[in-house]
Amino acid sequence: MTDATIEHGESVDEERRDFIHIATVAAAGVGAAAVAIPVVAQMLPAADTKAASSLEVDISKVPVGGEIRVLIGGKPFFVRHRTAAEIAAAEAVDVGTLPEPETDEERLRPTPSGEFNKAILVTSGACTHLGCVPVGPGGGNLGDYGGWYCPCHGSHYDTSGRIRKGPAPSNLPIPDYRYVSESVISISL
Amino acid sequence: MSGHESTYKPASGFTRWLDDRLPIVRLAHDSFVDFPTPKNLNYWYTFGGILAVCLAIQIITGVVLAMHYTPTVDEGFASVERIMRDVPYGWLLRYVHANGASFFFLAVYIHMFRGLYYGSYKAPREVLWLLGCIIFFLMIATAFLGYMLPWGQMSYHGANVITGLIGALPIIGEPIQTWLMGGPSIGNATLQRFFSLHYLLPFMIAGVVILHIWALHVPGNNNPTGVEVKEVKKDTVPFHPYYTVKDGFAIVVFLIVFAIFVFYMPTVLGHADNYIEANPLVTPAHIVPEWYLLPFYAILRAITFDIGPIDAKLLGVIAMFASIAVLFMVPWLDTSKVKSMRYRPVAKQFFFGFVACSLLLGWCGAVNPDDPVIPLGEDKLLVSYTDANGFVATAEFDAYEEAVAEVESLPADSGASISVQKAPAFRFVHLAQILTVYYFAYFLVILPLLGLREKPKNEPESIHKSVLGGHKSSDAALAPAE
Repeated sequence: MTDATIEHGESVDEERRDFIHIATVAAAGVGAAAVAIPVVAQMLPAADTKAASSLEVDISKVPVGGEIRVLIGGKPFFVRHRTAAEIAAAEAVDVGTLPEPETDEERLRPTPSGEFNKAILVTSGACTHLGCVPVGPGGGNLGDYGGWYCPCHGSHYDTSGRIRKGPAPSNLPIPDYRYVSESVISISL
Repeated sequence: MSGHESTYKPASGFTRWLDDRLPIVRLAHDSFVDFPTPKNLNYWYTFGGILAVCLAIQIITGVVLAMHYTPTVDEGFASVERIMRDVPYGWLLRYVHANGASFFFLAVYIHMFRGLYYGSYKAPREVLWLLGCIIFFLMIATAFLGYMLPWGQMSYHGANVITGLIGALPIIGEPIQTWLMGGPSIGNATLQRFFSLHYLLPFMIAGVVILHIWALHVPGNNNPTGVEVKEVKKDTVPFHPYYTVKDGFAIVVFLIVFAIFVFYMPTVLGHADNYIEANPLVTPAHIVPEWYLLPFYAILRAITFDIGPIDAKLLGVIAMFASIAVLFMVPWLDTSKVKSMRYRPVAKQFFFGFVACSLLLGWCGAVNPDDPVIPLGEDKLLVSYTDANGFVATAEFDAYEEAVAEVESLPADSGASISVQKAPAFRFVHLAQILTVYYFAYFLVILPLLGLREKPKNEPESIHKSVLGGHKSSDAALAPAE
């Protein structure tokens, strides 16, 4: 009873009152945080959304010189079956002259036998500039380097999906994928 | 103004009974009937009332549209088309809602320019201005969320670009982007939450509007002279009937123009691309927001250079948000003691420059930033090939036929290709950069410095005297007009 004062004819213990104030605010704060966690977390990707974040693709169905485009969780990916000339063009480039130097082989993943299947190239389908989807073999324009052309702001990608010309800052990223068998790949986000 | 005595007298037994328990009729009477309002308000001051009508139109049509709309990626687009084709008067409700958003922004921009011109943000109305800025920000958020709902190509890819901007923030950007979208990309989860928030935000706007009107009624209206009310009897008239009628007339004229758009050109402010269902695999060639966000989009795209470790994309995002954030600081950036630009001859010119700057930024936002404003030469065709010695050689041509002939004349192994060599030009991106500098300079340099240096003209002594013009006394005002 150090700070006892008289209020409304009763003696008031200020320290005890302070303790009650702090305890009340602390309890309310913890309660608010406990409520905030589910309110904020409910907006994160749901379990079914996360479960749908990988896809198996049968690469034997992709025609030579063509590509298929798949959406995984709404994101576009290209699976391209390159011709021998396209592979040769991708390998012939002097890597040192590229905006983002990467050899063609660095952009491939090994098959179960440990070899590289050079015919199949898997890349992201979002232009690294502003996320537009570039045009490819199905769209009638391969750009100046025979790969992809982004119609939004004119970025040209080569047959290895590397940026060669235009405003895009980097190569089309290679997604996380692996060969399940010689003819099936599994792409994950 | 608060502090003016209530003149409400309940007329019946019921209103007396109610007045003792909930004086709501008294509140309405004191706020909108017998509220002393400066007698010199011009038609620029009617946009507050017009905006209240806009908000009501948007909420009513929006609630009705929500009865027919399905917020899923599979059915969203089709349900909007069903509203347009099958729901009785659905076409009318949707066109009113879509064009209503445009007119809401048209009115709010005029309202904001009005406030900037007459210094309505200055003491004692800073909180009033801040609340207005919050309403404006909520309006932008609501419009952005709503534009996604038809699930057309522009809806999808526009939302993609804007959520991508948040992803440009370092470290926290991508987790926040994923949290906002509810998945790795824009999808069903995004559409559903955007719909929910699009329904919520207008009611939050309505709440802030109530605070805005409250903050207006404490100091009372500013007026074109910027001189505060000195004598309520001489300087003011009651809100009703003087301003209910003036506002009412302006609202009718505004609605006539609105109706011309709704009935005769309902799609002129929209994008044809948004009548194609969203397709994540096909990007529209030219992604642009609705017209009312174009100036901010132009500022975003004007930043094409890195500064130190911050790259151009992030700088653009920062500049765009800063262009809105700077509005919140205006009451403290403008150092002038004179409110109205009527009496600030230099500031007035900078102000009209600012209006022109905003409109031109809108133009820059609408076009391809690489298009020339002033071409400085003709574009050329460049044929590049590897010559016999193994060196890269180029040749320039004006005509496509000539370039093709050159390519055909070269050996097949020379790898000849044609590309366009753009002529130097003053491009829209350059114009947008200059305008962006002026936009920020107006707030951050001109308003603070000019207030200290400018010599203002003499303000009238009072609202009453300004209304009487050259006449010295109120008796003279009664003399026959010349």
